[in-house]
Amino acid sequence: MKKIKRPRAPLTIEQKIARRNLISFGTFFVLGGAAFGGWKWLLNSPKEEAGITGGAHKPLRRALNKTELFFRQLFSDNHLVRTYPKSRAAQRVRENSHIGMRDPGFKPEDWRLLVTGADGRQLRLTIDDIKALPRTEIVYDFKCVEGWDQIQHWAGVRMVDFIRHFQLEESAKKKYMGLETPDGKYYVGVDRESALHPQTILAYEMNDRPLSDGHGAPLRLIIPVKYGIKNLKRIGTMTFSDERPRDYWAEQGYDYYSGL
Amino acid sequence: MKFIKEKHPLVMRWTHWVNFPILAIMIWSGLLIYWANDVYTVTIFGHTFVRFFPEWFYKALHIPSRLAEGMAFHFLFMWFFALNGLFYVLYTILSGEWRLLVPNRRSFKEAWLVLLHDLHIRKTVPPQKKYNAAQRIAYTAIIFMGFGSLVTGLAIYKPVQLYWLVWLCGGYSFARILHFILTIGYVLFFIIHVVQVILAGWNNFRSVISGFEVVESEKGAPEK
Repeated sequence: MKKIKRPRAPLTIEQKIARRNLISFGTFFVLGGAAFGGWKWLLNSPKEEAGITGGAHKPLRRALNKTELFFRQLFSDNHLVRTYPKSRAAQRVRENSHIGMRDPGFKPEDWRLLVTGADGRQLRLTIDDIKALPRTEIVYDFKCVEGWDQIQHWAGVRMVDFIRHFQLEESAKKKYMGLETPDGKYYVGVDRESALHPQTILAYEMNDRPLSDGHGAPLRLIIPVKYGIKNLKRIGTMTFSDERPRDYWAEQGYDYYSGL
Repeated sequence: MKFIKEKHPLVMRWTHWVNFPILAIMIWSGLLIYWANDVYTVTIFGHTFVRFFPEWFYKALHIPSRLAEGMAFHFLFMWFFALNGLFYVLYTILSGEWRLLVPNRRSFKEAWLVLLHDLHIRKTVPPQKKYNAAQRIAYTAIIFMGFGSLVTGLAIYKPVQLYWLVWLCGGYSFARILHFILTIGYVLFFIIHVVQVILAGWNNFRSVISGFEVVESEKGAPEK
């Protein structure tokens, strides 16, 4: 049997309006609801398991790590932090944290920098061993993850000079350098490129005077391509590895890379 | 007689409504970050008129001590904010819609007349197409503001690798100030925008969801 095609009556203007309203508002509320659901899911998403990094929502940590990969492509040894004349350097240098420096038994005169090469070879260096190397100064805008910045004047030995002098080139081919305070209570991991950036310094002076205790005597890291949280004070040990070394603030939800 | 008059293309509606929650999340996560160094005030001759922000404000929004979380959210949603904005700008340029949007020679004078009208000082408004002169200025400015947030944000985010952006923004601390001011700008824009939308009424509001307005006309179908 043949179906009789009945010509459908053209929609009236009221019908057209009602129909388009239904479709558009329906879509709007369905997508809006989905977006709201997605947001709730993200807000309530589980925290990552505590490990090298910790404290962040799992999906957000994944995003941080992916974003790191993207922005690391911008990194170049030719990109230098801007430097200033000494006269611009702050006289009262901000002291933000003493984590890792509260060990009452710490004696500056007994301090050694313990370097463990990738091959297991160990070096125990005194501050004079390090001061014997070429001295480099930098006056630059130190940036804290909290959002403040301050022009500061530091001096010490460039990390690249240090690595070359103590023949640690092979070790420095590892992807990361790990630094820890002598008591092991503060620790950072730094990617190879940032550690070997020409402006990265093992500093033993601030404003032309030996480092004060609060600023990390006798030796601290000054790494202008990172936030302050990576500028470890009172360095006790240095290690090299292809895996990310443990990092105090990355365990607390911060980006591991924290590069500028 | 009633007619359907097409008003807002789908891409414009889509990007508008996607941007709204993303911008809200960016402002919220930005607050979580700003709290860690909340030094900005409006101070004139030693008298502080506004402090960004008072303690009760932080408490009410559960802002304190969430810097790491704020950064994690901010550095995820910045991608969506940028991509959605880029999509809108590209569409507006390629479709030719920009002609109805960007201010022209008359807009700045006319915007004044629009303002007087909106404040009930003047009875008539200058003739307009899709947007009146004040809207043209506001909706173009907000796009430049979004672009400004991206540029100042990138300058703060990677100040060493993107040192030339920092220079362009007048330095690191100034880039942070600009980034903050732009955010305050969004909030003010939002307040005025919502008031205007409420005053403009349902037909106008609906057009940003369903794309059309219903017009009464004796003569026949109005031109688009």
